[in-house]
Amino acid sequence: MTVSIQLEVNGKPVQAAVEPRRLLVHFLREDLGLTGANIGCETSLCGACTVLVDGDAVKSCTMLAAQADGASVTTIEGLAQNGDLHPLQEGFWEKHGLQCGYCTPGMILSANYLLAQNPSPSDEEIREGLKGNICRCTGYHNIVEAVKYAAERMS
Amino acid sequence: MARVLGTSIKRREDPALITGRGKYTDDLQAAGMAHAAIVRSPYAHARIRGIDTSAAEALPGVLAVLTARDVAAAGIPGVVPVGWLLPDLKTPAHPMIAADTVRHVGDAVAVVVAEDRYLARDAAERVAVDYEPLDAVADVVAALEDGAPAVHEDAPGNVAFDWEIGDRESVDAAFASAAHTVELDLRNNRLIPHAIEPRAVLASYDSSTGEMTIHMTSQNPHVHRLLMTLASLGMPEHKVRIVAPEVGGGFGSKIHHYADEAIVGLCSMKLDRPVKWTATRTETNLTDAHGRDHSTHCELALDADGRITGLRVDTAAAMGAYLSTFAPAVPTYLYGTLMSGQYDIPAIHCHVTGVFTHTAPVDAYRGAGRPEATYVVERLMHLAGEATGLGPVEVRRRNFVPPDAFPYQTQVALAYDSGNYGPAMDRALEMIGYDDLKTEQASRRGNGGKLIGIGFSSYIEACGLAPSAVVGSLGAQAGQWESADVRVHPTASVTVYTGSSSHGQGHETTFSQIVADKLGIDPEAVEVIHGDTDLVQFGMGTYGSRSAAVGGSAIVKSVEKIIEKGKKIAAHLLEASAEDLEYEDGSFRVAGSPDRALALGDVALQAYLAHNYPDDLEPGLSATSFYDPANFTYPFGTHVCVVEVDTETGSIELLRYAAVDDVGNVINPMIVDGQLHGGLAQGIGQALWENAVYDDSGQLVSGSLMDYAVPKIHNLIPFELDRTTTPCPHNPLGVKGVGEAGAIASPAAVVNAVVDALAPFGISHIDMPLTPEKVWRAVNS
Repeated sequence: MTVSIQLEVNGKPVQAAVEPRRLLVHFLREDLGLTGANIGCETSLCGACTVLVDGDAVKSCTMLAAQADGASVTTIEGLAQNGDLHPLQEGFWEKHGLQCGYCTPGMILSANYLLAQNPSPSDEEIREGLKGNICRCTGYHNIVEAVKYAAERMS
Repeated sequence: MARVLGTSIKRREDPALITGRGKYTDDLQAAGMAHAAIVRSPYAHARIRGIDTSAAEALPGVLAVLTARDVAAAGIPGVVPVGWLLPDLKTPAHPMIAADTVRHVGDAVAVVVAEDRYLARDAAERVAVDYEPLDAVADVVAALEDGAPAVHEDAPGNVAFDWEIGDRESVDAAFASAAHTVELDLRNNRLIPHAIEPRAVLASYDSSTGEMTIHMTSQNPHVHRLLMTLASLGMPEHKVRIVAPEVGGGFGSKIHHYADEAIVGLCSMKLDRPVKWTATRTETNLTDAHGRDHSTHCELALDADGRITGLRVDTAAAMGAYLSTFAPAVPTYLYGTLMSGQYDIPAIHCHVTGVFTHTAPVDAYRGAGRPEATYVVERLMHLAGEATGLGPVEVRRRNFVPPDAFPYQTQVALAYDSGNYGPAMDRALEMIGYDDLKTEQASRRGNGGKLIGIGFSSYIEACGLAPSAVVGSLGAQAGQWESADVRVHPTASVTVYTGSSSHGQGHETTFSQIVADKLGIDPEAVEVIHGDTDLVQFGMGTYGSRSAAVGGSAIVKSVEKIIEKGKKIAAHLLEASAEDLEYEDGSFRVAGSPDRALALGDVALQAYLAHNYPDDLEPGLSATSFYDPANFTYPFGTHVCVVEVDTETGSIELLRYAAVDDVGNVINPMIVDGQLHGGLAQGIGQALWENAVYDDSGQLVSGSLMDYAVPKIHNLIPFELDRTTTPCPHNPLGVKGVGEAGAIASPAAVVNAVVDALAPFGISHIDMPLTPEKVWRAVNS
């Protein structure tokens, strides 16, 4: 049994028939080939699979593809515009906010949501805003710097 | 040419990773790919009475269900070997798939292959295993007690090995005449590595060629190929290619050869099509080799002046259910040999018992033995500071190996090649503002409320395990060199093939800096290839903070050979003698005649044309080196942690963390700082939050991120870093290694800080992790 869904992914219309139980993250990664969202756990805690659904940061391992029917989804692949990196992408590169890179797409999209809510967050607000995303490599020090860099660029 | 060594150039790895284009193992698809799901024991110890696979096989889309019977029928060795042998080590068999007995929760009993990931999991649920549960023992101390359930019949008393280093009699004599002694019973808590990318493998066997390509989460593809072919699958080594694509962190957990990757290889061989398996977080936590898990009694003897006269350590170290790849080395040669710390200790004895338990295996995890040793030494030094009245700073200073004593031979085999410990301590005190903190601490002590504690950790580590002959004599079944093939192309761009295997460390960036510096060219003209057994000659991989010191040195050696050959070619073209040529800033020049010069590109082109060329020289401009270091490298430093402890609730707040590290010369300061940050987070995590807990029946009760507390961003604080620089004297870059320093130093710094805060309560020790409950109980007992 499948359900048919229509949604927008990175600005492009997508139509598909999916198993009702298919997770959004598997739909994005395996059906659409958008492998930027990664899977690091199955308890909605690591945040590596974070994407934007109608502007909200959502862990795509805990949402069904069927639930995204009618939604607009942005993944890390859709963040750069016209070949220009998003200021958050620049910030993570500039400030060494990543090492292995596995958590990075989710971290950047969560930070994107944070800056949409609060364009000039304090260090403490950045740390509060990103606590749903785990990074095992960086100790977070440079992630805070990366988000500050982006906030300054975007202001 | 601008200086490139010592410069924070941005990482070339990042553009792919920040745009979602980096390809990790689970991102890969292959035509005709099937998916595997592994059926695992829910019991820590049980006999398998039977396995019924029929319901799983009946599900449409299921391609195969394999058990130990199929491993036997395949006629392959089918085992997971141990790669480090100690005298009298018990090496019970570790079958790829358990045949009649399971020995830890997560032990593989069957594998299902299906057309689809979801279907494979459905089918795995339908495999019916009839278990007869048996008594289990998960705790390292309980496993040594009389009558404890046996993990292996051929390992009486659950003892895997009994090992010692140092001189027991001289230590006994030191204690007999000591003016001060301090002692501790401590646990070094078991940790789960938690690379955010779980282990994964895509195995693609092709019967028409007899070849198999395995993409997998590996820190050392050649080591994996060797163990996979030799011990598990029985395939010829040259028929197997192992590729590590982007690897999402490792911290040691992706060094080891596991059953699961071999099982998936077997599935691909049986089905003659690609098979992928990706662990869930729970699976990876149940089966990744864990870290630490020691129970230790330790004692320090000092004379009336506060000089250390003896150190005695007795440790029970968990090995888990099976001996993982390098497991026996971790609590022995990477632990006992570090017991001298930064100190001149005339008598040391360390005894270690390796213990089988019904748990996941324990093996190298960031630091591997050295954090455990540092924790022992630095906790004792804290107590010694109190017992002697000298305090934590003076007792350390008084015992530091003095700068004029290097090379310094310790009593536990290692010979420190270099060191200068005082300046790192001085700088740390200055950064933290020690005198002011002491004043504030004293004033708070009078007022009740929240207390401040200041903790020190002056650590030493031994990186770049070496040389091969020495580690071989200690039981390693592997060499400890590294290789580099450097190829200068006809247009003077360069490709480096390195045996190091980056998984987040940024080797492509730093190694290009090394080549650019030595050849006087732009780093952008250098490509770095790693992580592929078909491309790279051979390599030992990335672990033990070895890549710059050993892998980087191999690159330098190859570049030196290229320059030597280039001089001969240039001399021929310039009609000069090769002895008169110098290489500088990308050009070969005749000494004293600056006009007579040829650029690297001119020489490289001629090397490949070979039209006008020396008779006795082969064409081409490339060189391969296998660099075997003369010794370990010895990074060191002093870390200071400042905490605030709420004695009402037991909660701990990190206030400051200052680290002064001496990792020798630095290739890319930004990357070096990043390595320290990550290590600190893991070490502070061990001290305050992380704990792999097995209950008495051997169930891992902190097996998911819901109950195992990996540090999150709001738990941590900005780190204050600085460096001193004492170059390694025996490698060509003067580098030492930095990947593990943070994790080695920080647990002791944090615990010492908390214990210092609680000194008014007479508390001398609390075992990690320092949860609010433990702190509260200590305060209220």
